[in-house]
Amino acid sequence: MVAKRIIPCLDVKEGKVVKGTNFVNLRDAGSAVELAERYYLEGADELVFLDITASSDKRKILIELVKEVAKVIRIPFTVGGGISELNDIDNLLKAGADKVSLNTSIVINPELITKASRQFGSQAIVAAIDVKKNDGRYQIFIKGGREAVQLEGLAWCKETAERGAGEILLTSMDRDGTKSGFDVEFLSQITKAVSIPVIASGGAGTKDHFLEAFKNADVDACLAASLFHYQELEISDLKQYLQENGVQTRK
Amino acid sequence: MIAVIDYGAGNTASVANVLDELKTDYIITNKENDLCNAQKIILPGVGEASFTVKRLHLLNLFSFLRLIHKPVLGICLGMQLLCEHSEEGNASCLGVFDLSTKKFDKLMGKVPHMGWNKIEIIKESKLFSGIMDKSYFYFAHSYYVPNNKYSSSQCEHGIVFSVSIERDNFYGVQFHPEKSGEVGIKLLKNFIELC
Repeated sequence: MVAKRIIPCLDVKEGKVVKGTNFVNLRDAGSAVELAERYYLEGADELVFLDITASSDKRKILIELVKEVAKVIRIPFTVGGGISELNDIDNLLKAGADKVSLNTSIVINPELITKASRQFGSQAIVAAIDVKKNDGRYQIFIKGGREAVQLEGLAWCKETAERGAGEILLTSMDRDGTKSGFDVEFLSQITKAVSIPVIASGGAGTKDHFLEAFKNADVDACLAASLFHYQELEISDLKQYLQENGVQTRK
Repeated sequence: MIAVIDYGAGNTASVANVLDELKTDYIITNKENDLCNAQKIILPGVGEASFTVKRLHLLNLFSFLRLIHKPVLGICLGMQLLCEHSEEGNASCLGVFDLSTKKFDKLMGKVPHMGWNKIEIIKESKLFSGIMDKSYFYFAHSYYVPNNKYSSSQCEHGIVFSVSIERDNFYGVQFHPEKSGEVGIKLLKNFIELC
């Protein structure tokens, strides 16, 4: 049986981690490469890098970062942020990324999922979906949460899967940063509706939140950022806790 | 020297990074001449089967790879290419192993099979020398090779299937050793030093 995954997420801008970190022994507190290596050594199963500059003129810096990261870690990693062209995907994968996450570009042009998964394989294409609950329904947002679109959450999740996405990274904007737990209710609707892996994001605050998402929503992976950056939770402790409670993890 | 075949596979850079770490002399190439001069060959693989088979034909490497006598390691799609046929794009592959690659049934488990899974070593193999049985390796694939007489290890994802095959000088692994942490590095080291 495939193990449940723990995925630290790093927001980067021009090659540096932007959310602050408490890692005192990093030579450069903002170094995405050093933080990546640290997470790798601590037992992270995978990493996600979100480039929040996301402009094409900065793309070269991102490619360089991907190359540097690939040199030091021996676990898979996903890169996202402003990717809209097949050529961008090709360059990121060739630089050493394993997957790309696509968000705004696939809402505007859903055909991109189809084309990208055909060319690079579904396993390389992650549909990143940002949702906010509004009058009992889940509304999709794009452009880093700044713009609402007329798409219903579950329907869009299904469409990305049907078009060939290999994974869904679902971020609850209501929960993001609140440490009040993942949106287990919506996540379980998604895992029942699609047959591709689902990554829960937004709301991680305690070990129990992870346990709840794995056990009650049957997600395949959980993602968190500040919880790991600020060392509020050690990956090894979290995994041990999950194992003690019947969730299979690596190590 | 190790030759890593360059046919546009997504994981070529990651394989090269491990070879750098192991201080192995290697070349990334798609020239037959370089492959003739290499001691061993790694066929990486992330991509689509029929597209990749076409690439190998265009590079004029298809027949060469079928007939070669030096150790060859196919990774992920590289392992599937060593088989006879793939359901992915109905591709006729290299045919080193008389096996067919099939698509996972999504009723049996999530597709792609993505993440870390335990493998069971079922046959003594140089590749797994010093690697514990039930070690976790990283997988990312939608097609699989059913269990067969060449299997040296297997794994369960809805069904039990083959995750490494061996015959004479040919080796294939379904997982990504270049993304499987320490055990993966060990496996690549074993291929370089023992096979």
